[in-house]
Amino acid sequence: MSSVRVLVGTRKGAFILTSDGNRSDWRIDGPHFGGWEMYHLKGSPADPNRIYASQSSGWFGQTVQRSNDGGKTWEPVGNKFAYDGVPGTHQWYDGTPHPWEFKRVWHFEPSLTDPDTVYAGIEDAALFRSTDAGASWHELAGLRGHGSGPHWQPGAGGMCLHTVILDPTNPARIYIAISAAGAFRTDDGGQTWRPINQGLHSQFMPDPTAEVGHCVHHVAMNPARPNVLFMQKHWDIMRSDNAGDSWEEVSGNLPTDFGFVIDIHAHQPDTIYVVPIKSDSEHYPPDGKLRVWRSRTGGNEWQELAAGLPDRDCYVNVLRDAMAVDSLDSCGVYFGTTGGQVFCSPDSGDTWTPIVSHLPAVLSVEVQTLP
Amino acid sequence: MIRVVLPAHLRILSKSDAEVHLEVPPPVTLHAVLDALEARYPMLAGTIRDHATQQRRPFLRFFACSEDISHESPAAPLPPAVVSGAEPLLIIGAIAGGA
Repeated sequence: MSSVRVLVGTRKGAFILTSDGNRSDWRIDGPHFGGWEMYHLKGSPADPNRIYASQSSGWFGQTVQRSNDGGKTWEPVGNKFAYDGVPGTHQWYDGTPHPWEFKRVWHFEPSLTDPDTVYAGIEDAALFRSTDAGASWHELAGLRGHGSGPHWQPGAGGMCLHTVILDPTNPARIYIAISAAGAFRTDDGGQTWRPINQGLHSQFMPDPTAEVGHCVHHVAMNPARPNVLFMQKHWDIMRSDNAGDSWEEVSGNLPTDFGFVIDIHAHQPDTIYVVPIKSDSEHYPPDGKLRVWRSRTGGNEWQELAAGLPDRDCYVNVLRDAMAVDSLDSCGVYFGTTGGQVFCSPDSGDTWTPIVSHLPAVLSVEVQTLP
Repeated sequence: MIRVVLPAHLRILSKSDAEVHLEVPPPVTLHAVLDALEARYPMLAGTIRDHATQQRRPFLRFFACSEDISHESPAAPLPPAVVSGAEPLLIIGAIAGGA
């Protein structure tokens, strides 16, 4: 029988949650790396036992952990992220030039085909790649070298490259997103990049439709339809049907279109999920009710999902990498909150149950579907 | 023999004992001790001092013989009691609060 392994990164360690395909009886394993911030853990699609984990601390900086046995044991690997050449400057919050400085790894994206190849999205925003299982890291400098780099500016959480999406049909195509620069795409394996932000409208910018500067919170793609992307922007849910060349808003009837996460059903490319958050100054659900909203029409028409979710007094957030889906026949949807809950819906969002309720603040959730 | 005491998180990361013993050829400086420490435990590289600049990470301090030597030159000789092994070099994580 198939099983699932949920990789949870929190402010104070990592947890691994496992269940059989029923997804009703869970084993909780952890904390791993207790006391450290675990921004992200992700397994290799080519070898599910290979997992990469970002471990960081305000005291000790960045460490990278690698597991070759599905998270039972770990070993530290390379943690040197040196920008290519002279880093130069980007804009600081006040608009003044600020040197590029490595702070942490926000996201690992393992190759779809090679367990030893993995991409790292870092703060200050850049994309790195390792081809030796994390032992060494090299910047794909064409991204930061894009002419707009000196104009990128951090969002409130820092200038992070938080989203990396690999096109399963075209190994040369990679999408990334940066807060607050926007989304970018390469079609030549990372040598050159171009911003893909046409159609985004960000009121806080001097030019709301500028080529870069948009605070993109997350982007999702269903591998079966790689030219269609869905985006949770600072405000607005956006959709692109042409690999990011242009975007249209599909927020529709959502109670608020501010939020951080967005994800797509494993088998239904037009079924998407978001967690509306009240506003950019009030990072909690409207009316104290934690809700997932689902669109079965690729946006615009949204349905509130409430069964099993808190109906009152809930003032948590769901951060940008803290939602994931499994690929079992009945698609499971998962998300974690800053209140330390991890919820699972084994029926595509119809009903929800907390797997665990009292973890440290959840930073990321990833799911592996195992044979 | 130089004795180095690591903060708890780095002891766990390096799977080392509370006190690490290192052979460091003279002149015994902070820089030389950290080089030897990172050679023995490569996973500590970047956790005590920055990979590129070799600057001490802001929330760490170096204590020796009841003195804070964090602002001494890394190229300066360590106190004789540390060089002889009578006293340890302490690497301390700042009591910095936070979430």
